Amino acid sequence: MTQAPTLRQFKLPDVGEGLTEGEILQWLVAVGDTVTVNQPLCEVETAKAAVELPSPFAGTVVELLFDAGTMVDVGAPIITIDTGDGGTPDAAAAPEATGSGLIGETNANGRTAVLVGYGPRSTEARRRPRRAPVEPAGTTPVPPPVTDDAPPLLATAPDMRSKPVRHGGLEVGRQAEAAALSEAAAPAREAAPGRRGPRPLAKPPVRKYAKDLGVDLAAITGSGTGGCITRADVDAAIAARSVPVAPAVPATDGAARQRIPIKGVRKHTAAAMVSSAFTAPHVTEFLTVDVTRMMKLRTRLAARPEFAGVKVSPLLFVAKALLLAAQRHPMVNSSWDEAAQEIVVHGQVNLGIAAATPRGLVVPNIKDAGRLPLAELAAALGELTETARAGRTQPGDMAGGTLTITNVGVFGVDTGTPILNPGEAAILAFGAVREMPWVHKGKVKPRQVTTLALSFDHRIIDGELGSRVLADVGALLQDPASALAY
Amino acid sequence: MTAKSLTTEMVDPVPGAAAPHLPLDGGIDTVQLLTPEGDRVEHPLYSLDISDEELRGLYRDLVMVRRWDAEATALQRQGELGIWASLLGQEAAQVGAGRALAEGDMAFPTYREHGVAWARGVDPLHVMSLFRGVDNGGWDPVATRFNLYTIVIGAQCLHATGYAMGVQRDGAEQAVLAFLGDGATSQGEVNEAMIWAASFSAPVVFFCQNNQYAISVPLERQTRVPLYQRAAGFGFPGVRVDGNDVLAVLAVTRAALQAAREGQGPTFIEAFTYRMGAHTTSDDPTRYRLADELEEWKLRDPIARLKAYLSRSGAADAQFFDAVEVEADELAARIRQGTVEMPDPAPTEMFDHVYAEQTPHLAAQREEFVAYRASFEGGEH
Repeated sequence: MTQAPTLRQFKLPDVGEGLTEGEILQWLVAVGDTVTVNQPLCEVETAKAAVELPSPFAGTVVELLFDAGTMVDVGAPIITIDTGDGGTPDAAAAPEATGSGLIGETNANGRTAVLVGYGPRSTEARRRPRRAPVEPAGTTPVPPPVTDDAPPLLATAPDMRSKPVRHGGLEVGRQAEAAALSEAAAPAREAAPGRRGPRPLAKPPVRKYAKDLGVDLAAITGSGTGGCITRADVDAAIAARSVPVAPAVPATDGAARQRIPIKGVRKHTAAAMVSSAFTAPHVTEFLTVDVTRMMKLRTRLAARPEFAGVKVSPLLFVAKALLLAAQRHPMVNSSWDEAAQEIVVHGQVNLGIAAATPRGLVVPNIKDAGRLPLAELAAALGELTETARAGRTQPGDMAGGTLTITNVGVFGVDTGTPILNPGEAAILAFGAVREMPWVHKGKVKPRQVTTLALSFDHRIIDGELGSRVLADVGALLQDPASALAY
Repeated sequence: MTAKSLTTEMVDPVPGAAAPHLPLDGGIDTVQLLTPEGDRVEHPLYSLDISDEELRGLYRDLVMVRRWDAEATALQRQGELGIWASLLGQEAAQVGAGRALAEGDMAFPTYREHGVAWARGVDPLHVMSLFRGVDNGGWDPVATRFNLYTIVIGAQCLHATGYAMGVQRDGAEQAVLAFLGDGATSQGEVNEAMIWAASFSAPVVFFCQNNQYAISVPLERQTRVPLYQRAAGFGFPGVRVDGNDVLAVLAVTRAALQAAREGQGPTFIEAFTYRMGAHTTSDDPTRYRLADELEEWKLRDPIARLKAYLSRSGAADAQFFDAVEVEADELAARIRQGTVEMPDPAPTEMFDHVYAEQTPHLAAQREEFVAYRASFEGGEH
């Protein structure tokens, strides 16, 4: 018994407010599947959200009109469903009831019945009806003449084709708006090279940033939306400005190759690294830990009055954990004295922090960091890094370090194999804190995870001690409350 | 690699402004009469004498409202509504508050109070027509004693307070219930409304559904103290109620409305709840909150706990629950059909309800608009 199929198409609706397109992430049904009303058909990602589209019809899937991964205009039919009832089509699907029977055509009143303002349109999403005096429509035969459902919004509205507008906070289409912006910005860009053109486009924070760095916005070509100058443009301008400084360096063969004299911090760093790497036999061990609790503790601590005005960073907890571990295992805070043939156990920890500065790598240290309460340690860390960044670190601040942390996580990497600060027995690298799938209480959950790496001088520290120190630091970060046991 | 990144790490939008730790379950001050497990408990200040029939009625309200909400969300995804603000998770707060209103009381909703609309007897299709964009709210606010939805955040608190001051001057024995969300407490007009209400001892109850998020902004960025404690600063009582416990919400709101009618002035109620869905259909909550939070709140579902209590106490049987499900599906079908069949309004209708009486200026605009539309190819659109 064959019943004439009643084919209905579901058009991509505007699931946000004023969206013009969406990407079909995946289909949740296949051709031949039976679907019910509100059964999810596919997942669509728009500029605002990824959502599942529920079926407006019950029936059998006849055709999927776009592959997953395709960007689809709002209003385009995406799926054909045979509702098999042969009866009266509901309003949402009305089209085939009239005219040629082709799906996607408008119904008798000239509209697809679905829509009010935002929804599926039977033709391209961005087109507005033509004003009468305009020349005849192009030769494209496919779209029916006048199917756009939305009447012009205002009597005073400019012609939408020539000038898209925003109306009452309703976005008339991202692309339309972008076009309008770039149109508006074009004259400004042309005028920019001239001396007294219009004010260059930039957001206030960028203006301030440029002003602070002495960069003239008028001399920059913006790369942002509509020619707007971004922070990156300002940075680029500074970079371009600092290149001319390079000629002070004797560049000889070709533009690409530079010869930089080895001096200053670089020379010192090189000597120290070579000396350290080829004097102390290095061993590096790694440990990945779940620091979610530490991050929560950090939030709570930051709210306490004694931490007002200081930065409660993950580095602070790593520093504290290392200090506690050093208290438990004093040998990790020691030096090999070759001349005296002695191992010097320092007792007091002068905690070094490796800092990348404009001048290069420096390792200032906090004297007797172990005696500082947490808030003071936070303040000391803040001061140390500020000073280093400003290039004002004094030689005294860098002398006498006994144990070092290098926070490579700030560069977005997971870990490294740090080289010992010369004369010291251990250095701890702290990687980026990432949200990762992690087995927590028997289930895979998103947790905040980091990797620690401890390098140590194998002359002084055996694998057992190094492992204990690293395990202690890890345990303290994983469960900060265990510090009570120390 | 730049020097300044040395201690920059996790993204922290407001450095140093970390949140105080607020309890996720509302804390010990929360009034609760029905636990998430469905156990009936007593509270020293708020008792509720309620018949089995009323209990079944509340259950039916909750299920119907949730079904309506689910259908509306689906209809938006099918292009039948411009937008939808889901109440999923907040059914008990709304039904409890709505059912606490006496016939003569007046309610001032936000744009999410579908459960209160239901309790006031507003036809769901009148609400749907607003979100479909075919009218500005189709119900009669005078007849239903339920004002039109207010989209401007917090503005309805001023309307409610003004209305309550009018009630006061009429000498009527009525109370006014103003709805707001946790985000609205940061709005100037909400605070102004509360100051006026306190100063004049106006018969208004501020019913705040704290659903933990102002769109994407979590509560701890809105307040450093539990919201109900703010009432003390305005000079009227504040109470926190388990917003997922329909019985507690009913009891607390009833008491507050009665106090208002008796001339004891305003009360602030914080219904501690959770928005299980998106802020609106234009929002993607997975971008700002974790799934485990949602899982925790699922355990406090307002409908599940009442169902557990009804079954266990013998106040309802499987037959009743099945009948409610069937009725809910029928409601959904009626809403679906009614929504997709809603006729579009004439474009000129937008000029009709701006003022009670048409002004010459608007009449001229209307004519101009008609002429403009006639200037398009193919005549009327």
